[in-house]
Amino acid sequence: MRYESPKTTKEAVTLLSKEKGKTFVLAGGTDLLVKLRMDMIEPDLMIDIKRIPAMNEINKTATGFKIGAAVSGRQLGASKALAKAWPGVVEATNLIGSDQIQGRCTMVGNLCNASPAADSVPAMIAAGAKAVVVGKAKRRAVAVENIVTGPGQTSLAKGEIIEAITLPKRPAKSGDAYLRFIPRTEMDIAVVGVAVSLTCKRGVIDSARVSLGAVAPTPLLVKEAAAAIIGTKLDKEALENLAAACSAACNPIDDKRGTVEYRVRVAGVLAKRAANIAFERAGGKK
Amino acid sequence: MKHDQKYTGQEFKVVGARVERPDGVDKVTGRARYGADANAPGQLVGLVLRSSHAHARIVKIDTSKAEKVAGVKAVLTSADLPDLTNGDAGNYATLVNCMARDRVLYDGHAVAAVAATDKSSAKKALKLIKVTYEKLPHVTDVDEALKKGAPLVQPTNKQDGKPSNKSGHFEFGHGDIEAGLLEADIVLERSYKTEQTHQGYIEPHACLATVGPDGSGELWVTTQGHFSFRIMCAALLGMDVAKLKVTSSEIGGGFGGKTHVWIEPVALALARKSNRPVKMVMSREEVFKASGPTCATSMDVKIGAKKDGTITAAFIECRYSDGPFPGIWGMLGGMTAWACYDLKNCKAVGVDVLVNRPKVAAYRAPSAPMMAFGVESTIDQLAKELDIDPVEFRLRNVAKEGTRSSYGPIYGPIGIEPTLEAVRDHPHMRAKLRKNQGRGMASGFWFNIGGQTCSDLNVGVDGTVNLTVGTVDVGGARASLSLIAAEELGISYDQVKTNIGDTSSLGHNDTTEGSRGTFSSGMATIFAAREAIEVMKSRAAQMWGIPEDAVEWKDGEARAVGAEHGNLPALSLKEIAAEAGATGGPIAGHHEVTADGSGVSFASHICDVEVDPETGKTTVLRYTVVQDAGKAIHPDYVEGQFQGAAAQGIGWALNEEYVYGEDGCLQNAGFLDYRVPVCSDLPFIDTKILEIPNPNHPYGIRGVGECSIVPPLAAIGNAVSNAVGVRLNHVPMSPPRILKALDDAGA
Ligand SMILES: Cc1cc2nc3c(=O)[nH]c(=O)nc-3n(C[C@H](O)[C@H](O)[C@H](O)COP(=O)(O)OP(=O)(O)OC[C@H]3O[C@@H](n4cnc5c(N)ncnc54)[C@H](O)[C@@H]3O)c2cc1C
Repeated sequence: MRYESPKTTKEAVTLLSKEKGKTFVLAGGTDLLVKLRMDMIEPDLMIDIKRIPAMNEINKTATGFKIGAAVSGRQLGASKALAKAWPGVVEATNLIGSDQIQGRCTMVGNLCNASPAADSVPAMIAAGAKAVVVGKAKRRAVAVENIVTGPGQTSLAKGEIIEAITLPKRPAKSGDAYLRFIPRTEMDIAVVGVAVSLTCKRGVIDSARVSLGAVAPTPLLVKEAAAAIIGTKLDKEALENLAAACSAACNPIDDKRGTVEYRVRVAGVLAKRAANIAFERAGGKK
Repeated sequence: MKHDQKYTGQEFKVVGARVERPDGVDKVTGRARYGADANAPGQLVGLVLRSSHAHARIVKIDTSKAEKVAGVKAVLTSADLPDLTNGDAGNYATLVNCMARDRVLYDGHAVAAVAATDKSSAKKALKLIKVTYEKLPHVTDVDEALKKGAPLVQPTNKQDGKPSNKSGHFEFGHGDIEAGLLEADIVLERSYKTEQTHQGYIEPHACLATVGPDGSGELWVTTQGHFSFRIMCAALLGMDVAKLKVTSSEIGGGFGGKTHVWIEPVALALARKSNRPVKMVMSREEVFKASGPTCATSMDVKIGAKKDGTITAAFIECRYSDGPFPGIWGMLGGMTAWACYDLKNCKAVGVDVLVNRPKVAAYRAPSAPMMAFGVESTIDQLAKELDIDPVEFRLRNVAKEGTRSSYGPIYGPIGIEPTLEAVRDHPHMRAKLRKNQGRGMASGFWFNIGGQTCSDLNVGVDGTVNLTVGTVDVGGARASLSLIAAEELGISYDQVKTNIGDTSSLGHNDTTEGSRGTFSSGMATIFAAREAIEVMKSRAAQMWGIPEDAVEWKDGEARAVGAEHGNLPALSLKEIAAEAGATGGPIAGHHEVTADGSGVSFASHICDVEVDPETGKTTVLRYTVVQDAGKAIHPDYVEGQFQGAAAQGIGWALNEEYVYGEDGCLQNAGFLDYRVPVCSDLPFIDTKILEIPNPNHPYGIRGVGECSIVPPLAAIGNAVSNAVGVRLNHVPMSPPRILKALDDAGA
């Protein structure tokens, strides 16, 4: 196995496209190195992106925020501007693992590992985040919900790398939230995850996005769930409709982490709780 | 020399102090050497090929390709090991468990092993071993295994003359259950299940083995009992006990799981075959799949009581899943079931059942927590039905000194009643509860054991003392034993260093299990120290030139007594030690004993929980342990044992379980999905140590390490049931199970 740590995205992309064997991008390594140790992968080339300066930055841009692919959960949590604009995204990313994991893990790694239960992904989807995908020939912006195509599978082509995640600018009276269910308090994998992002106008929900994790082969963007709360003040009926839409969207499996029945039900429970938090953050009053 | 082991009620000078443990700094700085920390020149890496079938016949094992891999020095299958088929059944089972013979009996069962110069060559070779299997039907559930027509785990196992998966039936108790039930005003019948759990020790099994051409071997290993490991390995491999030296490493937790051999005989056999040292370290997945977890159980309970709260009859039958080989788990459970109570009519039946799961090993008070879950949950419901406070209900039926225990013996002074009184009077019992919160309490019992022990105490030329014991220190025993030696000799704790000797330096010592370490090695230490004191008195007499009977030992020095010599200045231990060479040579004390009279222990716990009714998630808010320690030699480590046992019980009660798929394979062989509590899942666990001296130990010591894992399943079960208003009868009470119980009850 070869290990390279290029200084620019361009160099990284060139190295990746030249290699004939199996290649892996190494961000925090909290998924990749675990898999390597368990003999689940046998890379020929590993490209470490942590030495690429541009990938370690969080920038406020004209259109919102740009977060470099190598930014750790800890760095993300330290950004006051981000925590103010997108508290749900930051919370979701900061839920990953423990203090030790936070020092290394990244949102992009979480996304590209393509686990249905990844915590930051539903929050990014609800936020309308985009991935900046760079290939040898071109660079494209892809909606986060279009990156994961199945468990462990992404839509990235060979030689492509994600350089950054962008988050849109936040209108006033907006709020987002992410909640996950785990049987313990930490160091666990989401049995269900729900993210809600919404914006209010004159006290009524004007736009919303709802995303679910761990209840289907990929994280889901649930339009029906958003529709259930748009135009409401999140009254009891709206919340019940939201819960029902979330439960209906679930397509989970029975496994060691939870039963189908349980996941479907708790998706609805968490959706209501997350929506209440997002609404409150948006200054909404019932 | 025979010594009087009766409790004397002496006052202590150093025993009871919260001194720093001697192994602490080494453990936090990384200097301590655990099972995987030993290396030898030319050592090989040993790896095991394991079955991924729950049950299959081994048709053929082809190792030819693996043998040709560069770096491979030995490939081992059962053909390389002695055939113990017609020998001792226990040894046969142990060896066949270490390496399958004709069939694999569970997912993870070893079928072959490789020793190579490096890990990647060994891995490569494992992949090239070709095993041809013929799959057989399997059964992993204890109730399924007892059904008619269930696949037979051991076709030769018979019950009442017929092939069966039932491998043992044990009954304990006295009186007449039927008659007792007729006297009752109320009878409750309940059924419960508990799932299989693992001890979850942090350190995986690891060892380094060498065997010389002369047939003598050495084994460095993480174990709770190196002397027992020596006997087992020698018996399995046909070696001489005296020619196998076993050294116990520091141990990163055992809780019963390191009382039994798994990879160690394989490492020795690989070393013997390759003529090179072989190191083996299990992965976490291997630990879960192929070491010894505890049993899953299923049970039925029936208790009758009078309106005034007197229990008139108490019956329990509990079925234990032993894995593929017969065990004594039903027997142990049966003995403990009703031990807290003074009952006219009681009966406990323990049944052992064979299933296609790993061979079960001891887990802290093995078999008792499950029976206690059934007993204490039912008692709680009975108290509620009779509108009697649950503590008061237990007190009305509690066992006392003179009570005939449910498993036979008449009790001496015991601590169950005091623990219940302490619970009743504890402020925790009166703390306010909010919505969705509930409180529960439960009691538990454990025997504790004594057994074979021997210790050496050597006084150094500078007056410092080496104590060598043969019981592995799993929980701070070196600190406690140093305190005991210092107490006897009248010197300071710092002057004593306690070591764990290897198997060639002491006589046989039984394994550190059954909470015996401080009880039995403490006893041997007291008497070894007293022997050394006699030597020192005689040396002082020589130094003074006076008769020996004019010398007394007090506060770490020899004093001449009587009108004639009383004015001589005292001789300190240090001064006597400095002259040892001139007064007869080294000063030492020694003692060997089969320590009888281990005192039984009792614990009662209180627990508060909050349950989220929408997700079924339980949070433990507050937890209090009350247990009788006999005498707390080192209170910190006694409290640590109480807290650790309670923490393991809480994990078992709420989330830990082996999850098997339809294919009979274990689905959660890792700490991610086998959910032990993490630090933030637990409140600080409060403890209260009671000291009801054990009459059969000079210091009154009872075992303390196990008893507090017995009450938590029931204490939490009672608390959760009180919080949600629905009875939980299946452990672990995981969130899906709690929601389902709420649904089923229409709540
Ligand atoms: C103890 C522990 C606890 C954990 N707890 C959680 C948890 O609570 N919630 C959770 O969601 N996850 C958890 N995880 C999983 C993991 O930490 C997260 O998925 C993390 O976000 C991965 O980020 P990383 O930077 O370490 O990824 P890496 O391991 O470096 O990479 C992950 C994958 O993404 C690819 N990749 C990385 N960067 C790029 C890029 N720029 N372009 C293209 N592909 C890329 C890699 O090739 C690899 O396939 C845990 C892991 C551990 C070990």
